[in-house]
Order: sequence, then C-alpha cells, then structure tokens
Amino acid sequence: MKELLSMFLTFVRIGAFTFGGGYAMLPILQREIVEKNGWCTEDELTDMYAIGQCTPGVIAVNVATYIGNKRRGPIGAISTTLGVIFPSIVIIIIIASCLTHFAEYTVVQHAFAGIRITVCALVTKTIWSLVKKNVIDPATLIIFLLTFCSVALLGVSPVAAVLVCGLAGILLHGGNKKGV
Amino acid sequence: MVYLQLFVEFFKTGLLAIGGGLATLPFLKEIAQTYSWFSVSQLTDMIAISESTPGPIGVNMSTYAGFHAAGIPGAIVSTLALVLPSYIIILIVSRFMEKFRNSPLVNNIFYGIRPATAGLIAGAMFEVFVLSLFDTQAYAASGSLIDLFRFVPIVIYIAALVSVFRLPNVHPIVFIIFGAALGVVLKL
Repeated sequence: MKELLSMFLTFVRIGAFTFGGGYAMLPILQREIVEKNGWCTEDELTDMYAIGQCTPGVIAVNVATYIGNKRRGPIGAISTTLGVIFPSIVIIIIIASCLTHFAEYTVVQHAFAGIRITVCALVTKTIWSLVKKNVIDPATLIIFLLTFCSVALLGVSPVAAVLVCGLAGILLHGGNKKGV
Repeated sequence: MVYLQLFVEFFKTGLLAIGGGLATLPFLKEIAQTYSWFSVSQLTDMIAISESTPGPIGVNMSTYAGFHAAGIPGAIVSTLALVLPSYIIILIVSRFMEKFRNSPLVNNIFYGIRPATAGLIAGAMFEVFVLSLFDTQAYAASGSLIDLFRFVPIVIYIAALVSVFRLPNVHPIVFIIFGAALGVVLKL
C-alpha cells in the first residue's frame, strides 16, 4: 500500500510538470524513475517511448502504465496511470469552470515562453544522452539522422519511422554487438 | 446515457489515436460534429489551454471536452475512457516484452529503433525549438538575418543548457519553474 501510494505520488509529480506533450516528460521521468527510484533502466524507458509511438493512446499514460505494471502488476499500473492523469483532470476542470480565458492572459503566455526555452534545454540533454548511448556505429548514426530529418522536415509519421527502423535493425543484424 | 456515450466515444479515441498528443484532434473534431457537447471552435480553445497547462494534451483535451458535455462526472468518465485502451494494451505488450526481452531478434529490432527514438524526439522538439529561439516571421518580412534570431531566448537557452549539463543533480522541475519565472520577469 505504501509503495502504491509512493508510485501514485511520483506520477502525480510527473503529470503536473509535463509541459508540451510526452517528450518534455522524458527528463523528469529519467530523474524520478531511473535515477531516484530505480524502477526501470534507461534502455527500458527508451524502448517504452518507441512502443508508445506505435501503440494507441497518450505516450505519458503508456509509460506510466508500463512502469506501474512492472513494479506491482495491474494494480500498480492503475496507481501510476491515475497518478499521471490526476493533475490534468484537476487543473483542466478548474480552468474549464472558472478561467475560460486562461490561455489568453499575458502572464501565462510569458511564463510558457520561458518554460518552453528551459524545456528545450532539458530535452537537448536527454537527446544527447540517448545519442551517446545508442548511436554506436555508422549505421545507427544514419538511422538517427534520417529519422530526425524525416520527422522534422518532411513530416513523416513517427509510427512509420519506428516500424521501418525496427525492420532495418533486423536486416542490419547489429543488436548483439552491444550485448543488451 | 450521456455518460455511456462519452465513455464509448473517448474509448474509441484512446484506442485509435496512435502517436499521442494532437493525434486525438481528428477524433475530437468528429465528436464535435456528431454530438452537441462542444463546438469545433471550442476545440481551438482546448488546444490553446492544453498547450499552456501541464499534462498530456490528449488527456487535457478529453477532460475539457467531457466537462463541457456533462460537468465534472463527464470529465472523469471521458478521461478514464480515453486511458483505458492504453492500460489494457500496455499490460499485454509488457507480457511480450518480458518474454522476448533477451531474444536476438528483439535485440536486433531495438538496435534499429533506439537511435530512431532519439531522432524522433529531436524531430518533434525541432518545431518548439525553432519557435522559441527564432523569429521566422520577422525574417520573412524584413529579409534581414538579424531579425531571425530572438537574442534573449537564445541567451537563456545557452545558459540553461550549460546549467543542465553542469548541475546534473538539480531536478528538472527546478529548471522549469525557473524558466517560468524568467519568462514573466523578462516578458518573453
């Protein structure tokens, strides 16, 4: 019960500070889940992100469910999933019922302009650590660059990118170099 | 009755919107057109509000839509319905993951997918990055390269980046709060 509560509260914290969609959550997840609590490894978190791209639903919720289930089975998954959506439900209900012009307040806009910049810096570090760990030879470098360009500049669907790169992984046969 | 309809509609959205975030948008648009719960123009407000509040956008959108359709119970029903498909699917996927974690085939697949995930995250952040640090509109209007750079945000970005690398023990939430404060003080 105590662990379920601590898992719930950890994901409440994660949900409350996830700005700008699932990606911005990664630095906080890394800190809370991998470094502080050791609930999963960095590799598992990365894999979960890729799986979250190809399975339906919100990525943040998928990651929460996966980690909760891994720690304490389906009940654990309920506590983490409810935790990650709890702040959204409370905040949105408050905004929807009394602050209908919330997004138009200048102070809110200034705060979010500032948040976006720091989130960019946090995510830059996360990307750097992912690259350092997973770009291990010329083939993976090409995969990294091609995915970046096709998603950023050509608007290719992430689902397609993950599927194609998984297939490329099979054809390249590189998975056992790293001894995962 | 409205709760059952909300449940079915948002369960469908959660099941079919792949890729998270704004992937729910086309489904919400269809809901707006089919039912009288909220209008398509209210959807635009929802996007603005979702983008300026914490939490996954899909969850925010379903809470907001559910609230407009049927108050607080509506908000709770639609949000739970949205996450239920993920919950079920991830439980099934985890089973497979544990079972095949050490197979050479899965290792090969993830050898290809992991660098791609880094590329995907970089690609998704690229737009936010450009919007925050560069002023493409002013550049397009004046054609002068100086207008392209937003100098204050670029300085903040570099300072934040150096601190993030130099101070690995500081919690990311601290940086986020600091960013919000700087934004308000400097009127970014």
